[in-house]
Amino acid sequence: MNTIENLSRRRFLQGSAGLTLGFCLPALAAPAAGPGKAGEGAVGPIHFEPNAFLRIGTDNSVTVISKHLEMGQGTYTGLATILAEELDADWNTVRVEGAPADAGRYNNLFWGPAQGTGGSTAMANSWEQMRRAGAAGRAMLVSAAAIKWRVPATEIAVRDGVVSHAKSKRRATFGELAVAAATLPVPTDLKLKNPKDFRLIGKQAKRKDSADKTSGQARFTQDVQLPGMLVAVVAHPPRFGATVKSFDAGRARAVKGVVDVVQIPQGVAVLATDTWSAKKGRDALSVSWDESQAFKLGSDEILARYRELAKTPGLVAHQSGDAGQAFGKAAKVIRASYDFPYLAHAAMEPMNCVIRLGDGRCEVWNGEQMQTGDQHALAGLFGLKPEQVSIHMLYAGGSFGRRASSQSDYVLEAAHIVKAIGGKAPVKLVWMREDDMRAGYYRPLFHHALEAAVDGNGQLSGWRHRLVGQSIMAGSPFASGMIKDGIDLVSVEGAANLPYAIPNMKVDLHTPQDIPVPVLWWRSVGSSHTAYSTETFLDQVAAAMGRDPVALRLELLARHPRHAGVLKLAAEKAGWGTPLKPGLPGERRGRGVAVHESFNTFVAEVAEVTVARDGSVKVDRMVCAVDCGIAINPDNVRAQVEGAVGFALSAALHGEITLKEGHVVQGNFDGYPPLRIHEMPVVDVHIVPSTAAPTGIGEPGVPPAAPAVANAIAAATGKHLTRLPFNSAELAA
Amino acid sequence: MIQLDVNGKQQQLDVTPDTPLLWALRDTLHLTGTKYGCGEALCGACTVLVDGAPMRSCSVPVSAVAGRKITTIETVDKHRVGKAVQEAWRTLDVVQCGYCQSGQIMSAVALLSRNRKPSDSDIDNAMSGNLCRCATYVRIRAAIHEAAKALV
Repeated sequence: MNTIENLSRRRFLQGSAGLTLGFCLPALAAPAAGPGKAGEGAVGPIHFEPNAFLRIGTDNSVTVISKHLEMGQGTYTGLATILAEELDADWNTVRVEGAPADAGRYNNLFWGPAQGTGGSTAMANSWEQMRRAGAAGRAMLVSAAAIKWRVPATEIAVRDGVVSHAKSKRRATFGELAVAAATLPVPTDLKLKNPKDFRLIGKQAKRKDSADKTSGQARFTQDVQLPGMLVAVVAHPPRFGATVKSFDAGRARAVKGVVDVVQIPQGVAVLATDTWSAKKGRDALSVSWDESQAFKLGSDEILARYRELAKTPGLVAHQSGDAGQAFGKAAKVIRASYDFPYLAHAAMEPMNCVIRLGDGRCEVWNGEQMQTGDQHALAGLFGLKPEQVSIHMLYAGGSFGRRASSQSDYVLEAAHIVKAIGGKAPVKLVWMREDDMRAGYYRPLFHHALEAAVDGNGQLSGWRHRLVGQSIMAGSPFASGMIKDGIDLVSVEGAANLPYAIPNMKVDLHTPQDIPVPVLWWRSVGSSHTAYSTETFLDQVAAAMGRDPVALRLELLARHPRHAGVLKLAAEKAGWGTPLKPGLPGERRGRGVAVHESFNTFVAEVAEVTVARDGSVKVDRMVCAVDCGIAINPDNVRAQVEGAVGFALSAALHGEITLKEGHVVQGNFDGYPPLRIHEMPVVDVHIVPSTAAPTGIGEPGVPPAAPAVANAIAAATGKHLTRLPFNSAELAA
Repeated sequence: MIQLDVNGKQQQLDVTPDTPLLWALRDTLHLTGTKYGCGEALCGACTVLVDGAPMRSCSVPVSAVAGRKITTIETVDKHRVGKAVQEAWRTLDVVQCGYCQSGQIMSAVALLSRNRKPSDSDIDNAMSGNLCRCATYVRIRAAIHEAAKALV
């Protein structure tokens, strides 16, 4: 069959399996801001890049190419919805395909020249781009019909994949027009729809991955099988910084199925024909480790150091007014300090990666979140050019930030194994759950100290917030943009930009340099701890001032209408101010609120909890209000907030990675238990109607959940919890 | 050689008897819908039906299930309950990353096969062994109720 691609030079290619139509479209590129930050307020140079996001087959199939990873957050559906809206496609015929690694066409427009997914940027950076891709396709199909039918293009209508001309009663499907459309010039003057005419955006467009994910057909990295492929399971060092001194592979090699045992910088890899044999071989290895350079402190010692550091001034991240003077004149000062543990991402699919080397190329199968970084890392190791590294972006079985490895850690581990066997076979690296949980790249452990000053008039007059914790951005590809004057912006996000109108504020930061525990962005990044400390501390302040938490917030948010908007909506829907139904005898019930902006999305949540006599906490209901601009897929917005609540509660109720003498204590879900179904609250999600451009929704539901619950616990028990995860012993009656 | 009855087919497998059913299904029979999550029967991602009962295939050696009827996600729609559960999952768009959902669906099928009208607490009891890190629990619960309605 013929294939016609209308690329930048409108090449005609023959010989593949469908008549296809691609486009070259101008893309508006914003400057790099890095994950965790949209390119807010910045206007970058406009430059033109060839993009290819759409393919229409003569069989009427409409394929949307997703440049972003689908890891559960609904990106494939969201991007396809935007494009299909402007194309006026039939949603039922739309399918989605992951883009190859090619930053020239598929860069994240908020990350400059880099391709990757993160920071809740997928919809926000693609909004205009995908609309224009769809509108260009529509315009070309209309032109093709106008020429064929000899009628004015302005009289042609498009709906649900059918192009029609009412006067002459002619109609044609997309497929019937695809060949003719492909020969036409790509329009540059595109008319986008008026949002009031949207038929998919803001409506119900079903997920595109539901069918495959409910039939076992969805393909994850774990499922890749290649001819001659070997599976590798690795013995990793027991402490960060330890290395292999020597090893005896005798018993491992005796395991049936084991093919090879190789030393790599990350440990010792056992290669076998199948996963179970590789794991048995790995477990049979005898490795002696050189721990002379290993990190041997525990979480308690790290925290003790941080508490000492918190007694001294750090680098100033924000300063307004004169906090010193406000505290000097304060009628009342409220203080609290907070401890946040390391947290593992613990995606259900442990990290894994498949690599095949040969013919001067490196081919990768991965739930790929950082194409450009991984291409460079692999190219460096193999002596290739980055473009000689091709990547198949498969579904990821969760990530929560983990697969966006700033150091390409597990990808490079797989690559080292392939290199160690001379590329003689494709290798699938499989981490067992314990390998995944003990590998580091955690949400950093943090200590916060807060103080608030209330003046003689009962007004909140001063706020001081000191944070101590490792930098995520240091050493990452985003360091130059995201570390300013020694301040990692994601260490203080949510704290340094506190929205409340407090006249005198100071936020400062200590970034310890001598803790080598690898840390990484974890769903909502800095806001995963700053929302908790700021929002629960504000409730402590409100209590000390005798103020209602919602009323005080609204007063302090007078200049932040979107914060105030979600706060009012959540409070109203939750029946804030009305009495809660009492619990059973001995049970204490309470309601609490929190509001937080992250990734330019605003979320308020009201929690209702029941605290049992023994101090155990049951979260009964969460009422959430969200302002993420235009909600492209409202049902997915609800789904993401539901899931974000559960993710946040996992951490608040149970989540803690603990180091003891440098060893990671937890290894599996018994020690690090995510939330289970019986602990899941009812979640009501309300979306603020908006005409603003869409912002992210993968992460912003997380930050307010834990502080809302803590504030509800405080309302029920009078106890303000300042250490995570919650310790029910503190709450026993 | 071990003989397994998987999805109604008799299969001869050349694996050691201690091999967990999970890896025999995935690596030998290439039925990759059943997932590895923990290896310790803690997460339920590997749940399959053995003689109709949910079992964590990561912790069952193949030798223990020889001759028993094993059903995996790949043929779940061949049974009335399985079809209803799968359709409810699709109607409500339960999935997010999807990695745990084969196991969730198999546990839900087992529940609805023996209890056609489960209460919320029945659902908690039957499903609390299945972790979902995306926390799709709100919709899992709703989908089980939806499937129950369809099965009346």
